[in-house]
Amino acid sequence: MSQENLLEIVSVDRTYVDTDDNTVEALRDINLTVRKGEFLTIIGPSGCGKTTLLRLIAGLDRPEAGEILLAGEKITAPDPQRGYVFQQGSLFPWLTVEKNIAAGLKARGVYQENKADVAQFIELIGLHGFAKSYPHQISGGMAQRVAIARTLINRPVALLLDEPMGALDTFSRADLQDKLLELWENDGTTMVLVTHDVDEAIYLSDRIVIMTPRPGKISEILDVHLPRPRQRGDAEFMALRKNLLEKFHLASSMPQPEYAI
Amino acid sequence: MNNMAVKNFAPAPVSNRGRGPKSTVPNKKYLVGTLFSLIGFAVAEVVSFKVPGTQEVNDLAYRLGLLGLIVLYFGIAVFSWFDGERRAKFLSRASFRFAMGIVLTVWDLLSTKLDILPMPFFPGPSKVLGVILEESDFLLVNTGYSLRLYFFGFLSGVIFGVGTGILIGWFAKVNYWVFPVLKITGVVPAVAWIPFAMTVFPNSFIGGVFLVSICAWFPVAFMTARGMASTQKVYFEVAKTLGAKQRYLLFHVALPNAVPQIFTGITTANALAFTTLVVSEMMGAQGGLGYYINWAKAWSAYYKVYAAIIIMAVLFSLIMKVIALIQGRLLIWQRGLVK
Repeated sequence: MSQENLLEIVSVDRTYVDTDDNTVEALRDINLTVRKGEFLTIIGPSGCGKTTLLRLIAGLDRPEAGEILLAGEKITAPDPQRGYVFQQGSLFPWLTVEKNIAAGLKARGVYQENKADVAQFIELIGLHGFAKSYPHQISGGMAQRVAIARTLINRPVALLLDEPMGALDTFSRADLQDKLLELWENDGTTMVLVTHDVDEAIYLSDRIVIMTPRPGKISEILDVHLPRPRQRGDAEFMALRKNLLEKFHLASSMPQPEYAI
Repeated sequence: MNNMAVKNFAPAPVSNRGRGPKSTVPNKKYLVGTLFSLIGFAVAEVVSFKVPGTQEVNDLAYRLGLLGLIVLYFGIAVFSWFDGERRAKFLSRASFRFAMGIVLTVWDLLSTKLDILPMPFFPGPSKVLGVILEESDFLLVNTGYSLRLYFFGFLSGVIFGVGTGILIGWFAKVNYWVFPVLKITGVVPAVAWIPFAMTVFPNSFIGGVFLVSICAWFPVAFMTARGMASTQKVYFEVAKTLGAKQRYLLFHVALPNAVPQIFTGITTANALAFTTLVVSEMMGAQGGLGYYINWAKAWSAYYKVYAAIIIMAVLFSLIMKVIALIQGRLLIWQRGLVK
């Protein structure tokens, strides 16, 4: 894996005013570097600023202090170079699967010369036969595949994923995780995933960024050295899982009793 | 909200309600239903032929009309024989058809046959329908006038309405300056402008177009702006991260999002347009169904008034059907999403 840096987040602060007029420090002094081609996951409890950080990288929002650079250039606005996959329900309901995927090409005005890509991406995400379906006619897992394909068709250098599997059931989630890995391994697109799912983070990532709330800041960055393809249930996986859960104080560091009465 | 509104106006073809188990209507039941559908009209036909009349009328149009209905429903019954779903659909209206036939029979008996209903205010069905043969040319010309007025007035109203709505919904400056004007002028019934329209415009047709147009303009503009404003933020953000510029955000995000509400506006506008159309024709037009009604009333020819009303009912229903078809086609993405 290349060690070249793609994204640099330098001393970023971001506050917002909540519904009760309180000023909330969503992010305080965030420094992070994302390497080219890596799969990086940002994990933390709700309110830790992980989605805020991802939106700043996307350019959907601006930092109050500090800056974010993509290949040395300051990010000021959204750009198809940085694809963004939203949580559930972001497909345009008035467009078919096919046209949702083509939306990026049309928005950039390059549809005519790249028409053939659409069918190819439908095939790639395994939605052959659903090209003419509308979003409400397909399952949540399928819809998120379309959302990913719609972003990837623009050939982004980085894919930003905001809990794309958060609303899916266990089976669709595992399925989509594998699909995501497959796409990542084939294209080498840099992935930045925001999640609150510990298993997902370990299964997918090269590195895991752990964030804590109030104020939102990075508490630790964890390298995941497990070989790929990873097994969700094996001992190393489980050890890392326990380790990670302990950091969030969700698991006791005391040995568990063998049984309880 | 949005969906609720559409639900009320959207056409609800049977396929919309989801596929239930395939319905089967037994042969015997179907035959009885078919008989039921036809017998009412057949009775009306027999009464018209056999019972001697006391009023002097030309029965031909009425009799042909009844025959037409009998042939039509018989044809549909035969056509639907082989399809379970069609059978069920045909049967569901059988009682209503029977009742219609009986109502016509009673009406015919009370008026043309027995002369019980007071004339000239309550002519019989044969007298009313007789006008359609008697004065077919004149009626056709007036229907044409009304259609022309509707077409130009309503279409221009919808086009201006969508245009105004887009400007208000998209540009903050236009919203600031134009929206209050729209809100104030929009609540005024279009017919209040009649004195103005009749003097300012060179002829009554252009005046009528103006009136129909402004009455359609307001609800369409209002609903277009509102539909665009109701676009979820995430759709704009998705489009921006996909590389969209303002043009795309307007025409491919906000506007398609507004289409269901635009059609709510169009349906409201349509009802207003019919009213305005007829009133404006009554107030000094040189032709049209409204003009025809006024003219017939002056001669105390109430049966002609009824004939014109029947033509209006059919015409306006057809127009609404056409709008519903266009709506169904444009909003195909909502099928199954809204019931």
